[in-house]
Amino acid sequence: MSEIELHGVSHEFSTPDGPFPVLDNINLKVPEGAFTSVVGPSGCGKSTLTRLISGLIKPTRGSIKLGGTEIVGPKPTVGMAFQNPVMLEWRSVVKNVTLPLEIVAPKMPAKEKEDRARELLKLVSLEGYEDNRPSELSGGMRQRVSLCRSLVHRPEVLILDEPFGALDAFTREELWQIMHSLRAEEKITCLLITHDLRESVFLSDEVVVLSDRPARSQYRTDVDLGPKRSLDDLYTPKTTELLAVLRHQIEIAQGRK
Amino acid sequence: MEMRNNLVRKVIVPLTAIIIFLAAWEWIVWINDWPNYKMASPSDLGPAFWKYRVLFLEYGWDTFWRTVAGLGLSVLVGTMLGMIMGFSRVIREGLYPLLVGFNAIPKATVVPVIALILVGLDDLNTVLIAFLISFFPIAVSVSIGLSTLEPEYRDILRSLGATRLTIFWKIALPKTLPEFFGALKVAVTLAFIGTNLMEIVEPHGKGLGHLFDSGKINADYPLMFSVLIALAFLGIVLFYIVVALEKIFAGWAERD
Repeated sequence: MSEIELHGVSHEFSTPDGPFPVLDNINLKVPEGAFTSVVGPSGCGKSTLTRLISGLIKPTRGSIKLGGTEIVGPKPTVGMAFQNPVMLEWRSVVKNVTLPLEIVAPKMPAKEKEDRARELLKLVSLEGYEDNRPSELSGGMRQRVSLCRSLVHRPEVLILDEPFGALDAFTREELWQIMHSLRAEEKITCLLITHDLRESVFLSDEVVVLSDRPARSQYRTDVDLGPKRSLDDLYTPKTTELLAVLRHQIEIAQGRK
Repeated sequence: MEMRNNLVRKVIVPLTAIIIFLAAWEWIVWINDWPNYKMASPSDLGPAFWKYRVLFLEYGWDTFWRTVAGLGLSVLVGTMLGMIMGFSRVIREGLYPLLVGFNAIPKATVVPVIALILVGLDDLNTVLIAFLISFFPIAVSVSIGLSTLEPEYRDILRSLGATRLTIFWKIALPKTLPEFFGALKVAVTLAFIGTNLMEIVEPHGKGLGHLFDSGKINADYPLMFSVLIALAFLGIVLFYIVVALEKIFAGWAERD
């Protein structure tokens, strides 16, 4: 069981000028194995949401459940990837990927750890780069390594915080497809934070739009593109219409409409 | 061809520069007809080294080990201070002005104070000055390295339930090594200056500083210049030991 469930989650940061509300009564449910994207104006508190679900911080109010159990702190059943694919530059690519296993399964034999890492690197077409240094990789390649790292310990839940945000358009599309093939191999529940509407539509089963800060769940819609998707699906009249609706919702969230 | 070019660039060019420098020095002394009690020339240095060869070895060793001991203490205390300041903002804000203030004091003025407090303990007070003059860059660089660690580094491990200590060993420490060695290169030179400062300002019959001082008293310019050359040599050796260690432990940070 690994569904993500948020009930009436609110969060405030305390500042010298008093409480600073970031999230206001968020309700969200990602069924097991599903992929949900959260979009919203920049600075609306999307990243705070990922830190809450991964147990790095606790919500001011409300409850967050993973697989039916309340989150009290960080859990090894969660994987995370960020916009900034930080690498341990002093380690080889494969040793970067095995890092979570050193924490979660310290007793696993080194060979087994590396085999698992190599298997994932192959899935993201990084075969042959296992022993390179991260500094020898391009931005897109580093992000692929970062994805492998977030999946290496077979988490049940994957939280992606704008992982493709800093990449150029073509590399981004390439990684979307890689994301699809990863999902076909690894049974996993995904929550993606993004500000790219096409990305949210291409990757998810459901898209949630958050309002401006303090963020509330403003709008949600299903994406009925089926499990097998190609980039061409992004240019059909049906998808164009869906994108227009989302675009409109974002403008409402920004207070421009 | 490539290799020959390398040989020319890395060996022959620097060597030629040194020879030209020595020749110019010799020539200036010769053309001005300066006597030995006014200015030594390179040709006087060889005999001076030979004459005092035993003392050079003995005193050179004094200077060397006391510098290394002071630097070792700097690494220990500097890293510890840097760690505390890097992890705790309150302590950083509390300690920083104190450290900056202490670092601003010219160390030559601290020498007599230390020599007076620890009178008779010559090795200890020399090591102490080498330490006092050199721990600051290490403490600052380690604390900056730790406090500027991108939050994602922490979050990767923290989201898996890793302890602070694990995060320190696996990420923060190795990540800070390039900054640490950068500071160590500065610190090794400073520690060396500290050792010599104590040896010259408060002579106690040990170290190259003492040899320099006795050269000064006897107006023995060839000896004084020989000591300078010996000090330069020792300083270079110490510096390149640090460079070699850096290559071993933080070589990954170098990009070609």
